[in-house]
Amino acid sequence: MNEKKMTGDEHYETMIAEENICINENIVYDKPHDALYSTPMHYCPGCGHGVVHRLIAEVVEELGIIHDVIGVAPVGCSVLAYNYLNIDMSEAAHGRASAVATGIKRVLPDKYVFSYQGDGDLAAIGTGETIHTCNRGENILVIFINNGIYGMTGGQMAPTTLANMKSSTSPFGRDVQTMGYPLKITELVAQLPGTYYVTRQSVHKAVNVRKTKKAIMNGFLYQKENKGTCFIEVVSNCPSNWKMSPVESNKWLDENMLPFYPLGDIKIPSNSSKNNGE
Amino acid sequence: MAKVKGDIIIDIEKCKGCELCIEACPQDTLEQSRSVNTKGYLYIVKVQDNCTGCTNCALVCPDGAITVFRQSGKKKEQIAKITNVTGDLKVTVG
Ligand code: SF4
Ligand code: SF4
Ligand code: SF4
Repeated sequence: MNEKKMTGDEHYETMIAEENICINENIVYDKPHDALYSTPMHYCPGCGHGVVHRLIAEVVEELGIIHDVIGVAPVGCSVLAYNYLNIDMSEAAHGRASAVATGIKRVLPDKYVFSYQGDGDLAAIGTGETIHTCNRGENILVIFINNGIYGMTGGQMAPTTLANMKSSTSPFGRDVQTMGYPLKITELVAQLPGTYYVTRQSVHKAVNVRKTKKAIMNGFLYQKENKGTCFIEVVSNCPSNWKMSPVESNKWLDENMLPFYPLGDIKIPSNSSKNNGE
Repeated sequence: MAKVKGDIIIDIEKCKGCELCIEACPQDTLEQSRSVNTKGYLYIVKVQDNCTGCTNCALVCPDGAITVFRQSGKKKEQIAKITNVTGDLKVTVG
């Protein structure tokens, strides 16, 4: 601003000429500030974990449950989720997040409890806990990030690795004859009577980010109904271990992961208007 | 139809240069810069003044580095009202 004294009209015109619309009233999107710390996340550039963390924080803030939500972090890349989410969190042994969440929910039934787990955690070492949690119909939300690989330990093959997909322990591609088939654990738990809401989403495009947010919102809201486990799979990327740029990895996800792991609701509560399926 | 006017602020220190926002922007508003932030990432800059405030870039950003603004008032005259210029400056927005 220049120093010279201006009349009201001159001020007025200056404002219009500058057209500075970066003012609080015009904000249409800002990251959550209460439920998410401003700490930089340690995730690799372009990793879907950051988006899902942000969505959880947005939902928690919008529902006003920041003091009533308890999360359980897994072992894997997102082991430090509690450093980023400013809510009560507990750590669990590898694969056991849903079991720990079960305990928390049973002791504190009024709290919103969720586990946040990757595929190496939930679908490999934790398969037993996952299936039995869902089969008991524990009234928790399970958020499952599936990038088809063990990210934290260096890109080893996971149960969810696609057929013929290369990983550091399947350098010639996953041969299903010897290494088995990729596990669709989300479809599997949808068969169990204990699950109430099962859906598969992704965060590789803006439109999918919106849908995933709705799904997470539903997952928390359904907990109030006490009807069973909500299970949200988010098909995600791992640019570092897929050895691609983030943009390439999302393209690869679209072309390879999604045909095998199709997006959409797999099980929705009957007479519910909250579904966001495709 | 009047163009919707938007703008963004990029927290370049948080940006990890993943370029997902460039890919998500329907307006080609964003580009990677040629200099790095303190972490060494080639951060993102706005290269065109054509942002519509659609929020796509902010939604896909894993590091929450983008804040999006959209002009709310339909008429430009409604951006702000300035009163009491000789005394304390008061600005009423809306
Ligand atoms: S290793 Fe993969 S999953 Fe882990 S933070 Fe990096 S990109 Fe994300
Ligand atoms: S808000 Fe939309 S138009 Fe503006 S920079 Fe972001 S993606 Fe592009
Ligand atoms: S999406 Fe976010 S972190 Fe990635 S380049 Fe854009 S602003 Fe930077």
